[in-house]
Amino acid sequence: MEMWFSEFHAPDVKHSLRVNKHLYSAKTEFQQIDIFDTPEFGRVLALDGNVMLTERDEFIYDEMITHVPMSVHPYVRDILVIGAGDGGVVKELTRYKTIERIDLVEMDPQVIEACRIYLPENACRLDDERVHIYFDNALRFIRRCKNKYDLIIVDSTDPFGPYEGYFTREFYGICYNALREDGIMVNQQGSPFYKHDAEELQRSHKRIVNTFPISRVYQAHIPTYAAGYWLFGFASKKYHPIDDLKAKEWTELGLETQYYTPRLHEGAFYLPKFLERMLEEVE
Amino acid sequence: MDQNKAPIYEALEQFRRMRVVPFDVPGHKHGKGNPELVKFLGRQCVEIDVNSMKPLDNLCHPVSVVREAEQLAAEAFGAKNAFLMVNGTTSSVQSMILSVCKRGDEIILPRNVHRSVINALVLCGAVPVYVNPEVDKHLGISLGMKTEQVQKAINEHPDAVAVLVNNPTYYGICSDIKAIFKMAHDAGMLCLADEAHGTHFYFGKDMPVSAMAAGADMSAVSMHKSGGSLTQSSFLLIGENVSEGHVRQIINLTQTTSGSYLLMSSLDISRRNLALRGSDVFSKVIDMANYAREEINLIGGYYAFGKELVNGDSIYDFDPTKLSIHTRDIGLAGIEVYDILRDEYDIQIEFGDIGNILAYLSIGDDPQGLERLVSALAEIERRYQRDTKGLLSQEYIAPTVVISPQDAFYAPKESLPLRESVGRVSSEFVMCYPPGIPILAPGERITPEILDYIEYAKIKGCSMTGSEDPDILNINVLK
Repeated sequence: MEMWFSEFHAPDVKHSLRVNKHLYSAKTEFQQIDIFDTPEFGRVLALDGNVMLTERDEFIYDEMITHVPMSVHPYVRDILVIGAGDGGVVKELTRYKTIERIDLVEMDPQVIEACRIYLPENACRLDDERVHIYFDNALRFIRRCKNKYDLIIVDSTDPFGPYEGYFTREFYGICYNALREDGIMVNQQGSPFYKHDAEELQRSHKRIVNTFPISRVYQAHIPTYAAGYWLFGFASKKYHPIDDLKAKEWTELGLETQYYTPRLHEGAFYLPKFLERMLEEVE
Repeated sequence: MDQNKAPIYEALEQFRRMRVVPFDVPGHKHGKGNPELVKFLGRQCVEIDVNSMKPLDNLCHPVSVVREAEQLAAEAFGAKNAFLMVNGTTSSVQSMILSVCKRGDEIILPRNVHRSVINALVLCGAVPVYVNPEVDKHLGISLGMKTEQVQKAINEHPDAVAVLVNNPTYYGICSDIKAIFKMAHDAGMLCLADEAHGTHFYFGKDMPVSAMAAGADMSAVSMHKSGGSLTQSSFLLIGENVSEGHVRQIINLTQTTSGSYLLMSSLDISRRNLALRGSDVFSKVIDMANYAREEINLIGGYYAFGKELVNGDSIYDFDPTKLSIHTRDIGLAGIEVYDILRDEYDIQIEFGDIGNILAYLSIGDDPQGLERLVSALAEIERRYQRDTKGLLSQEYIAPTVVISPQDAFYAPKESLPLRESVGRVSSEFVMCYPPGIPILAPGERITPEILDYIEYAKIKGCSMTGSEDPDILNINVLK
């Protein structure tokens, strides 16, 4: 018997993975959670039928969303992570000794439960004593914070579903307000390739530009995401992502990575012409 | 009766299966003649846009499935009869008034009624006797009618034919309608209710009393507002003192003879939903509204008001699903917050006036959406908060009725620049829409304070309607 998981990357484009075994399936108050095992990508987590991570390529996403801001901000003590129930982002962050506190806010407790059981490699550092997990709506949680974090990482699903609120003007505004005067917010910005993703990218980029004095976009190649091409937003009150890059200091930390390097860091901010144009349109 | 049934919906499903060849109207013929419309609205929808026919009954003279749907609705709402209405709650309100008033009759009502009420007076020639609502000076909103004021109006106008109440007002405020209806009935008057914003009172727990339960003779219920049916669909309810046949005749004076089955089936399905699940559904809505009130009041500056306003008379009760928020203390008019929410945050709320906004919560809301609204309000407070200097409070301006709305509307008139109209009698309406409560109605004297108010509302960005001149630079007055 052949079993395939397919995901629409665009209304007329499908991406399929052969499946060995469907390990977990649950419908929660918020979404449909599935975890399955695949021959090429290992275990895969899907929310509402969209691939969130695979064991094979999660390192790209997790390294790029964490090490980029961590090598720019000179002294990160307090971090807020939104979403990220799979634990991959936290796993990267806990490698930094200087971090004092990581607050993780996840709407759906069952994502964390399922990942602890079926993706233990990813979720392994959720028990680090610096990590505090809150099951809450992030808008509600952040609204109560002011001048509290050095870094906010928004690791959500796409803007068409329960996490839609994390791509809004009000969300970026309360994040700005929750950051210290030199704080940085990094978020996943989706893919610029297919039309409806591109429109969402423009909408959210415009909102971030209107909220933060510095707002740049950087890219990575992630095979299982739409078009294999993924973007992140770097929004900051003070530090510029390239001018303030502390390559030497970061290298001296001696962190082993598979994707991220300080040289790649700089390169990731150099964007193709069509994307530059798309962003300039709304800046 | 079995409230699990939805006879119109069931008949339409049956009709769909029959694959009837249409040689009747509508001319799109189940959508085949208008593929672009089918693509936009969907085949499911266009296929049941059909004309009345034997298996589907006829709204103008119902004998089978429409009649049964009306009987089910009557039972669900605790009325003697219910009429399915497809020309908006405006038509329910107008049919209600036209059923009981004729030319020259007096009708007692609060001035903060919807324009459809006064429109009905223009149509039938009845004369309004206004009971001035109490006003909350701080919030700048009109409240309910005090019972003693209603009694006074009844005593002074013993020949009035009916008393009309808002249950509740747009802001969610209820008068003591049981007491008011008793006074009216004791004086031989009929009791009418505009329940455009009160559908959920019939189904939710811990709600203010519904008009029919309080003894009303007729009520206009806007099922499409909090009840979940399609826009423009509505119910008219009547009690024992009113003749079904007479009301049907009145409705048929102005109602379309091509009643939309999309609207009728939406009423049928929504009635079934509320009859079966309304209590649970609305308790969730109340929980969400209470949560939002607490969160908004935590932001500071805003005042999301609720049951604490209840004072036993002019605020006899409060609709807990209404999320009304006073904004003036952050230095912004309600209409300004309304505009910022839409333009910058992609959040559309029901309305904003001079001092308040109203977010309409209903069976379709979820907590994620509410978190966005509350967060956006927090952001607006942080970014735009300013001194309250120069902000007007909304005052209730007691009208002086010089002649009946009908006489004024049809009288010889002339157009004058706004400022030159002081002292003259208006022949037209002026209102902010929404909420659609007239600032000036036909037959009322124009005063400098009314003009100040109109100009201030225009400057703040309220959408003004009602007058012949779309920019409201000129106004029609009696010659």
